[in-house]
Amino acid sequence: MYQKKTKIKNSLGIHARPASMIVKLASKFESKVELEKDNIDVNAKSIMGVLMLASEKGQEIVVRACGEDEKEAVKAVVELIGKRKFDEE
Amino acid sequence: MKNKVIRGIPVSPSIAIGKVFLYSPRDITFKRIKKKGSVDEEICKFEKSRRKSLRQLRALKSELKKLPTKEPVRLIDIQILFLQDPLLLNSVEKRIRNNKEAAAEAILNLLESLKRDFQEIPDSYISERYLDVKDVGDRLLKNLGEDKIEMELKGHNNIVVAERLSPTETAQMSVDKVSGIVTERGGKTSHIAIIAEALNIPAVVGVNGLLNETESGDEIIVDGISGIVVVNPDENTKRTFEQKEKEAERIQKEFLKHKDLPATTIDGYSIDICANIELPMELGFIKKYGAKGVGLLRTEFLYLTSESIPDEDEQYRFYSEIARVCSPDYAIIRTLDLGGDKVFKTKTKEEANPFLGWRGIRFSISNNEIFRTQLRAILKASSKGNIRLLIPMVSQVEEMIEVRKIVKDIMKELKKEGHPFDENIEIGAMVEVPSVCLLADHFARVVDFFSIGTNDLTQYTLAVDRGNKRVSGLYDHLDPSVLKLMRVTVEHAHHNNKWVGVCGGIAADIVAVPVLIGLEVDELSLPPSFIPQVKNVIRGLSLKEARELLTQAEKMRSATEVREFLKGELLKRFPSLKNILLEVEK
Repeated sequence: MYQKKTKIKNSLGIHARPASMIVKLASKFESKVELEKDNIDVNAKSIMGVLMLASEKGQEIVVRACGEDEKEAVKAVVELIGKRKFDEE
Repeated sequence: MKNKVIRGIPVSPSIAIGKVFLYSPRDITFKRIKKKGSVDEEICKFEKSRRKSLRQLRALKSELKKLPTKEPVRLIDIQILFLQDPLLLNSVEKRIRNNKEAAAEAILNLLESLKRDFQEIPDSYISERYLDVKDVGDRLLKNLGEDKIEMELKGHNNIVVAERLSPTETAQMSVDKVSGIVTERGGKTSHIAIIAEALNIPAVVGVNGLLNETESGDEIIVDGISGIVVVNPDENTKRTFEQKEKEAERIQKEFLKHKDLPATTIDGYSIDICANIELPMELGFIKKYGAKGVGLLRTEFLYLTSESIPDEDEQYRFYSEIARVCSPDYAIIRTLDLGGDKVFKTKTKEEANPFLGWRGIRFSISNNEIFRTQLRAILKASSKGNIRLLIPMVSQVEEMIEVRKIVKDIMKELKKEGHPFDENIEIGAMVEVPSVCLLADHFARVVDFFSIGTNDLTQYTLAVDRGNKRVSGLYDHLDPSVLKLMRVTVEHAHHNNKWVGVCGGIAADIVAVPVLIGLEVDELSLPPSFIPQVKNVIRGLSLKEARELLTQAEKMRSATEVREFLKGELLKRFPSLKNILLEVEK
């Protein structure tokens, strides 16, 4: 298992489009990918799960993966959320 | 089908002709998917529909890509993701496999639960995404061969047809657009019956096979007098019912003319006739039907129709308004009677026997905060008029002692805070459990009055669930055993100088009026629209003959005998009642 913390930086938080992006990206990996916020875990490959997290700007999120490509998966998702800010700005 | 006649249980004495509005979309869908396949067939059906939906959405997406803006593509994107969501696919499969639901049923049920999940999200941008999920769900249903169903009531003269209606659903219906109600389930005293009576809308409940015979838009006759429902009536039938409708209206109008005359028998015995009220919109009925105040204000609606528990101020405003409208007459406010058929979904867990469970005062005493909030609101409102307090589902003397203690405590509190209230507010107990009747002389020492709720009293005495169609035929408040319990209660109460009212369904049953007069109860409280006719019957009786009729009825061995006997006696005295007498449920 591999995990990393990141912060949500885009102004709208994880709304519909960012959620879609996370799901699409996570689904490219073999590993099981999860997001955690306030002790709630959701499947990052489930749009329902990611939306239900209702994360806003400034909140911290743990990205966790388990499987062959766990490191790559976590890095990619963390980059999408933290660095690329969902390509919004 | 032309002129299809189906019989049910009449609950509100008027007639309407209108067009069918099928209320719950689930019912319609369930009806159409009656031929449910095996688990594997249903899963296969779902998978086919899912793939078809995916193909459609992808085709749509490539069309939309040609547009200059990106937003539409994004919307379709998210819908595609929903269709591939492992969580959602898993729960559909689980529903089909474990709950043995049909594919369409599984989709509808999942949508319902997702709706609640989304509603809990405070961020409106995300909670609105439910609309996308719903769109996907509708597409899936359509591809399964299910139609999309309209929910909104349009135009007037709608006859709402449903499998059942919950109190909340009923409350949210726009009453001005509904001219009749027919349900497949429910009995004479189910909630929908109470509301239909209150609003003076013809209603027939317990109509077996109803949903298989009706489609939205069908013409339908609802005869709340005889319990007959006619789907797609022919011209002849329609004419007959139109005539009957006119005659019933004429008689009601005749009664209405004398609504403000006192309910006094030929030999001078007087009784108070009050109104049972639940909704704010019923307040106008008090004057309209000649009620002397409110004998029963049910308060469950306050709790069931709002998302959160109503606060003290909100309740105080409602109770004060009631006090003001009723003044100088009294209004009896019953504290929260949750449980049984009015389950508080978020607060109470499902019970094996809700009617024998944690409801009424049992619930209130252990939910101190909710109970105290309500009592504070009632006590504060008592400064605005003549308010009395009524406690539901009492079965033990200790419960009333506890209530008195709590009330006293709250009075101290209010005094300290400087709020005015009625220090001598009367506190009464509902008589619904036979133990209260049998121990009425003990209860009489700790209450100021009794109010007999015959619906529950009958149900607990005869061990009949009135909402269960299989046994509801055994339910009749005219059962001699119920009459005897009422007699015991009245005797003990009067011996202790306490007064007794009757607020159950028996008070609106004109056939029962003579025995209620014979029992010499002090007050009757009933749905307002029934008041004029009940008063009319009382004014044509003498106490002497009512006592005799009661004595004879008590000697009989069954409710059927009592009812036949009383009906015969009543028609001898009031032949014109024939047209509005509710036919007895057999």
